[in-house]
Amino acid sequence: MSGNRFRSVGVAIALVLLATLPLWVGNSYYINVASQILLFAVFALALNVLVGYAGLVSLGHAGLFAIAGYAAALMLQAGYGHLAADTAAVVITLAASAIFAVLALRSTGIGFLMITLALGQIIWGIAYRWASLTNGDNGINVATRPAPFGINLTGAPGFYFATLLVFLLALASMAVFVRSPFGASLRGTRDQPLRMNALGYNVWLIRFFAVLFSGFWTAVSGLLFIYYNQFISPQVAALTTSAEILLMVISGGTATLLGPVVGAAIVVVMKNVVSAYIERWNLVLGVIFVLIISFMPDGLVPGSVRLWRWGWQTVRARLDGWISSPVEEHGR
Amino acid sequence: MATEALTLSGVDAYYGDSHVLHDVSFALQPGRLLGLLGRNGAGKTTCMSTIVGILKPRRGDIRLFGESVAGLAPDVIARKGIGLVPQGRRTFRSLTVRENLVVAAQPPRHGEAAWTLDRVFALFPRLKERQAQLAGSLSGGEQQMLAIGRALMGNPRVLLMDEPSEGLAPQIVAEVGRTIDRLKAEGQSIVLVEQNVKLTLNLADEVVIINTGRVVFQGSARELEGNEAVISQHLGVF
Repeated sequence: MSGNRFRSVGVAIALVLLATLPLWVGNSYYINVASQILLFAVFALALNVLVGYAGLVSLGHAGLFAIAGYAAALMLQAGYGHLAADTAAVVITLAASAIFAVLALRSTGIGFLMITLALGQIIWGIAYRWASLTNGDNGINVATRPAPFGINLTGAPGFYFATLLVFLLALASMAVFVRSPFGASLRGTRDQPLRMNALGYNVWLIRFFAVLFSGFWTAVSGLLFIYYNQFISPQVAALTTSAEILLMVISGGTATLLGPVVGAAIVVVMKNVVSAYIERWNLVLGVIFVLIISFMPDGLVPGSVRLWRWGWQTVRARLDGWISSPVEEHGR
Repeated sequence: MATEALTLSGVDAYYGDSHVLHDVSFALQPGRLLGLLGRNGAGKTTCMSTIVGILKPRRGDIRLFGESVAGLAPDVIARKGIGLVPQGRRTFRSLTVRENLVVAAQPPRHGEAAWTLDRVFALFPRLKERQAQLAGSLSGGEQQMLAIGRALMGNPRVLLMDEPSEGLAPQIVAEVGRTIDRLKAEGQSIVLVEQNVKLTLNLADEVVIINTGRVVFQGSARELEGNEAVISQHLGVF
């Protein structure tokens, strides 16, 4: 089976499994875990645009995630409809992303990381201290979930399918983005910014648009998050959230489409499922990350692909040896 | 109005406080090949960096077909039509061969015949065979071809080539030489920076020698060929 055909079959099986998940999982708790995996996968995919394809490590994305959540929650609280609240939340997050970009893109590498960290902490500080607006540590409740085209999202399966649809859209947009000339130019700025400059590209502008693209999907995942939890508090904007998402991207594999999804699955399953059985689940998660970084430094997905290729080549070489050896003996 | 493809007039450039180019002046005629020779550290690559805007000149002027480009941003200069094949190739290793070429594409200027993917593949058939391969997995010679192809995709009015023979096997150097000759025959204006004197003398119309950031010789390739004293004094070879 050729690589492409193998991939197509794999994608088809994954789609069927995802589309029928509520049927074979049954338990609404696990359906909700799947929804969480998908919504955090969208967030991780958004961060991967910067970490993987632009080579810009952000530790402030939880701030953007929280801005989308708070903006929508506050507008819903003020009596606006879901469509207006969600649209405004995305626009506000894009504006905040533009401000983040203008400030953080003054630098790259450790400088970019530190500026985004500081910006994220400012958002956390506002969410925590500006209690008259954000209700401080008490957070804001989101009373209802939207009902697009009259479809009820209050139950676990309904919300799962809505999240799956958004996840597939995010994944498809990432696939198009990676293969587009813009995606190639962004990877070019990651590999050799000076060379891209000498080829006629405005490197800053390419990175700016990448931050906006990442900010858009961060906003969408932030909306999914508040509708899933029907609540938002400053904890969402904390540094630990940014670090957790970054770990999802790095452990799954940066600059891959599947890596952030696998990373999101590991973290969400550890937090929601393993934590029920193992009190010190953080320790287990830490050990898993150390093992991944030690044995598959480029992440679980690229590492597994390499391992699979090595295993397949070894098996094929042995098979070839067994098939050819009787012929050689006959020849002698 | 100036008719030269590229002129440098009294260019001074600095790395911080360090004065690296001193009053550098030379001119490239359209459709000609100017060889820029010099020892290691003489200032050849610095000169290229100054032309493409990576290093800003503190004094002097750089003109592209009469239009001043000194002090402009590198991306603006590139869009005006100066293409660079950098020293050490510097291809985008994580992009495929095809992506490396597509990402560099710029529309042609002034009605010149456009360099397209097909035309680059016709010039380098090996790149066509390897178009889906990652650039990082190519051999040194293939990466050099890719670096040249990438610069051509920008449809440059002036092509700067910084040591394209560096680190290549002799038969590959000969192949690169034939490619440069073909580009010249097609009317491409080229500045060829080299340490390989033989290759440069075979290809160049005019030659400029730089030593410690100063122009120490300017003349035709034939003139230099017969001047052993200049070659041994400034290039240390013959």
